[in-house]
Amino acid sequence: MSKHINLTLKVWRQKNQKEKGHFETISAPDISTEMSFLEMLDVVNEKLTLAGKEPIAFDHDCREGICGMCGAVVNGRPHGALKGTTLCQLHMRHFNDGDTIAIEPFRAMAFKIIKDLTVDRSAFDKIIQAGGYISVNAGGAQDANALPVPQDKAELAMDAAQCIGCGACVAACPNAAAMLFVSAKVSQFALLPQGRPEAARRAIAMVREMDRQGFGNCTNEAECEAECPKQISITNIARLNREFFKASFGSAVK
Amino acid sequence: MNWLANTLTSSIGKKLLMALTGICFCTFLSVHLAGNLTLLSGSTMFNSYAAHLHSLGVLLKVAEWGMLLLAAIHILTGLTLFYQNWRARPQSYELKKRAGGRTLGSATMPYTGILLLAFVIMHLLNFHFVDKSQTTIYAIVAAAFAKPIYVVLYVAAMIVAAIHVSHGFWSAFQTIGANHPKYMPLIKIISLAFALAVGFGFGILPIYISMGA
Repeated sequence: MSKHINLTLKVWRQKNQKEKGHFETISAPDISTEMSFLEMLDVVNEKLTLAGKEPIAFDHDCREGICGMCGAVVNGRPHGALKGTTLCQLHMRHFNDGDTIAIEPFRAMAFKIIKDLTVDRSAFDKIIQAGGYISVNAGGAQDANALPVPQDKAELAMDAAQCIGCGACVAACPNAAAMLFVSAKVSQFALLPQGRPEAARRAIAMVREMDRQGFGNCTNEAECEAECPKQISITNIARLNREFFKASFGSAVK
Repeated sequence: MNWLANTLTSSIGKKLLMALTGICFCTFLSVHLAGNLTLLSGSTMFNSYAAHLHSLGVLLKVAEWGMLLLAAIHILTGLTLFYQNWRARPQSYELKKRAGGRTLGSATMPYTGILLLAFVIMHLLNFHFVDKSQTTIYAIVAAAFAKPIYVVLYVAAMIVAAIHVSHGFWSAFQTIGANHPKYMPLIKIISLAFALAVGFGFGILPIYISMGA
């Protein structure tokens, strides 16, 4: 049953990185509860545009919860209060008529605000470039059973590989640390034989790049795993720590 | 040795220093608590414990200087982490809610840590850097806790210590990478039990002494 609700939005408006931002109150009347959060913003933006006002800038792409592009802090929670969902998969049926919704961008020194709710998360790309890959020589695909992978290890690697790099972990972390992201990216390779040859170099390079980008330090608050839309576990952070210590104290990589 | 400096000054390296020194302090707390609980058996028992401890002679001096070094590492690294983490989010949220990960202990680590540093200084001034030639250690303790202000301060400090340890203990294991599906639930239970043991174990002593005096 389609239902319509009236909302009041308190949206963070910021012209660019340098200017000081502020909350703007925008009314969002007659919102269908079948809309996603981003569709609601689309409707609001259409009205703002027609009224000759600046639409709200927000990140989005696939709107299927798999690309990691969207994200904002909704009522104090990255991607909203619903567990295990990205902002595009948060539907308006989770809100009530008359609600006031506060919408802020992800905040961290390493994530600069571009405009309104859009943030520059290229710091994550830099970390991936530092070692978030495996080197494979081109050629014919090798036999599927040449590298045995236990099922449970494959599952754990897949759990880590679910990370879409949205940055909610950084946004949720009281220290703006990127450890859950880096741990997922290190774990997905560390658990599989294809990732082992470069494991030591990868762990050291990615951690150093993470530090260079100005993220905070992990203090095991576990807010990240509670907010992660892919519900990546902090056991990955313990694995990253192990990989980093193995690489630092046990390998020849400097 | 450049690699060692690079390792220990990295974010994970600093956490390793916090974890290892923290575990050392947990071990120290256990020994200290075991020793202090002799207070419950009266002055003779406590004075004899102190005499035995001091008969260790040079070993005790080594332990003291070792503790001072560990404390320096723990405090300096902790303050560095506190500063860096504060700097990592220049503009804080207007509205931020917890998702259920944070605990009282984890949210207050730097603050409880600083309070504990102040407490340790006071504690050493009360019982360590005092003239013990004309008196017994039990007499010094009894005299101190005859004053209600010290009873309140010490009990409050032990509550702070319990809160600090409740996060610090399990967090140290997570940091050194010892998160295991079989053992982590147990480590979390031990963490809470240890925090309660520290809080109650040390906390009842000033009250007990003040009531006996």
